[in-house]
Amino acid sequence: MNDSLDPRINRLKLNKTDDPCKVEEGENWNVFEVFHQEKRGAHHEHVGCVHAPDAGLALVFAKEQFGRRKKCVNLWVVRSADILAFDVEDEDMFANNLEKTYRDASGFKVMEKINKFKAQAKPANDK
Amino acid sequence: MYGGGYIFEEPNRVQQREEQLHDDPEKLAAFEMRIANGEKIEPGDWMPAEYRRQLIRLIEQHAHSEVIGALPEGTWITRAPGFKRKLALIAKVQDEIGHGQLLYNAAETLGKSREAMINDLLSGKSKYSNVFNYPAETWADVTVIGFLIDAAAIVNQVANAKGSYGPYCRALERICYEESFHLKQGHDAFIELATGTPGQKAMLQDALNRWWQPIMHFFGPPDKVSGHSEKLMQWKVKMASNDDMRNQFLEAYVPKIRELGLTLPDPLLNKNEETGRWEYSDPDWDLFFEVIKGNGPCNKERLDVRKWAEEHGRWIRKALMKEGTFEKKAMPVA
Repeated sequence: MNDSLDPRINRLKLNKTDDPCKVEEGENWNVFEVFHQEKRGAHHEHVGCVHAPDAGLALVFAKEQFGRRKKCVNLWVVRSADILAFDVEDEDMFANNLEKTYRDASGFKVMEKINKFKAQAKPANDK
Repeated sequence: MYGGGYIFEEPNRVQQREEQLHDDPEKLAAFEMRIANGEKIEPGDWMPAEYRRQLIRLIEQHAHSEVIGALPEGTWITRAPGFKRKLALIAKVQDEIGHGQLLYNAAETLGKSREAMINDLLSGKSKYSNVFNYPAETWADVTVIGFLIDAAAIVNQVANAKGSYGPYCRALERICYEESFHLKQGHDAFIELATGTPGQKAMLQDALNRWWQPIMHFFGPPDKVSGHSEKLMQWKVKMASNDDMRNQFLEAYVPKIRELGLTLPDPLLNKNEETGRWEYSDPDWDLFFEVIKGNGPCNKERLDVRKWAEEHGRWIRKALMKEGTFEKKAMPVA
């Protein structure tokens, strides 16, 4: 019947019936987003997702999928459906007014003022 | 591992083109501008129906190729010569299955469920890289796959990683990083046979002769017949033509094969120094299409193994399902 080069495949007695195989919707479980922490003290970063029947197994699969090669000290998983995000179409609301020096350290020129004060004060002290 | 040569038009393409006519022209112009500016498209973005359809097909078939591609090598794990080769092969096969998962997730962000993709694979509707329909007869075949098929896949994937769809690019970035290990371990095993005993050399030469035609098929039909869509190039779904990728592969790897004293079974294979391009005999493209249709030496075995795994894993997938987890089912977000 089956003439695979691999004896183990022949032992499986593949496809005894020709019935089509159908995977039911939902049979591959739910989707979880995975966040990877490379070292202690670093942020957890989104790296991808896994399919799992619950959060506990999602962590196990995430370790296999995202922790097997690169350095990893911790992982988070969260159900994809629980992620709340802005609509990408609303991206324009992040458009920045470039005139934001009032909330930047560089917007405050303290040294200029100090130097000006010192320059003015110096002749007075010399008297 | 993956090859672009099996990305074919389906019969309903004409019908889909009609659908494309209904895309909002203003949104389409903004979308095309975004791609021309080198920006990435993300899952929630507006996209033309045809872009979505082509990407789902591309990424899905890439995912299937990773999973099916692990089968010819996977059966050699128990017979790998020595502990180090066995460890490397186990790691490589695990990576390939992992790549399949990453890619199924990227395809899911476009709205097709993983279950639907697996069903289309099992029913034969969805294809995978043609090269995996050939058997790995000896250990030398495994080294040829690990070295040359992975090398060809890297040429393809590095090109695709510069494409326009964000989730696919991110998956490919990680895949390419892991493939570099696959290529190196394959090259190492290949060199060991090429510089070994006369018996080892002969075994490798045989395997190379068997695999050369499938490797020439790997990037798909020549540009003059494949008629790759300019639209797909403009949308950065297809990043390089079949002939360009084939030429890039020959340029990099033919010297690496010949320097080991091995030969390739094509008397016309040579670099034309004037044009800078490689010339070769046309591989048998009728055979290529015949194998894609399902009539290759291993098509049936590959799908039967996949079907066996699906059927025999069903009881545990169902046993693990817990109430409540599926109240909110969603596609991956990024």
